[in-house]
Amino acid sequence: MSSETARLRAKTWTCATVVVLSNVLGNFFLKRGMPADLPTPLAYVAALFQPWAALGVVLLITWMLSRMTLLSWADLSYVLPVTSVGYVLVALEGKLLLHEEISLKRWAGILLIMAGVALVGGATSVQTPRRGGEPAP
Amino acid sequence: MKLPLLAIIVAATAAGEVLAAMGMRRHGEIRDFRPGALGRAASLLTRNRFVIGYVAAMAVSFFAFMRLLTISNLSYAVPVTAVTYALETVMAKYVLKEHVNWLRWAGAGLVICGVTLVSL
Repeated sequence: MSSETARLRAKTWTCATVVVLSNVLGNFFLKRGMPADLPTPLAYVAALFQPWAALGVVLLITWMLSRMTLLSWADLSYVLPVTSVGYVLVALEGKLLLHEEISLKRWAGILLIMAGVALVGGATSVQTPRRGGEPAP
Repeated sequence: MKLPLLAIIVAATAAGEVLAAMGMRRHGEIRDFRPGALGRAASLLTRNRFVIGYVAAMAVSFFAFMRLLTISNLSYAVPVTAVTYALETVMAKYVLKEHVNWLRWAGAGLVICGVTLVSL
């Protein structure tokens, strides 16, 4: 593996970690701060200023910016499976924080997601060769 | 009510992500992560029409998702939005002209099956 490949992979995995964690925690806090009913459009805006929902929004803005940063060098078809590890964390979050049961079907799903992440993340290049640019590692 | 909301979320998210990839590809790789450099990059990106389109599409997706959260559980709302994976992988190949080899198709397929199982 060349040093450029190693640099790009390390940068990709660091940024992907930020993308995944900010998304999982952002959705969690948004749900926690969301009222049971949103009857008017103004209620949507007001809901965003509830402390837990506001924290969720800040984390989801972090998610959006870190995802954009990641897409500045990595292919969308690479980023999609690699960041899907967030679904696994949502399931584990349900078990650990909300004490939900994880069924056998769910564990099978988690294994399939992890296999997909490993396949794309470990065995394919981060980016397609760009016209006039450096070759893909 | 859930299905129309899901359709809006999937369409807006897929269009938004493709626009983001186009905009960020145009901008080029972000290499400097010092605050000043990130500020300059952010300033440039606010004038990037693809990024503006991305933000608008994600805003639509976000408010539809908020609505979905009020009528369903997080454990339902998050996994079902994974339908966007299939659509976005196809768009990555045909719109963004990415090299989607069989490993990436297989990886996307495993993730879609996995997310479906997790949401059942």
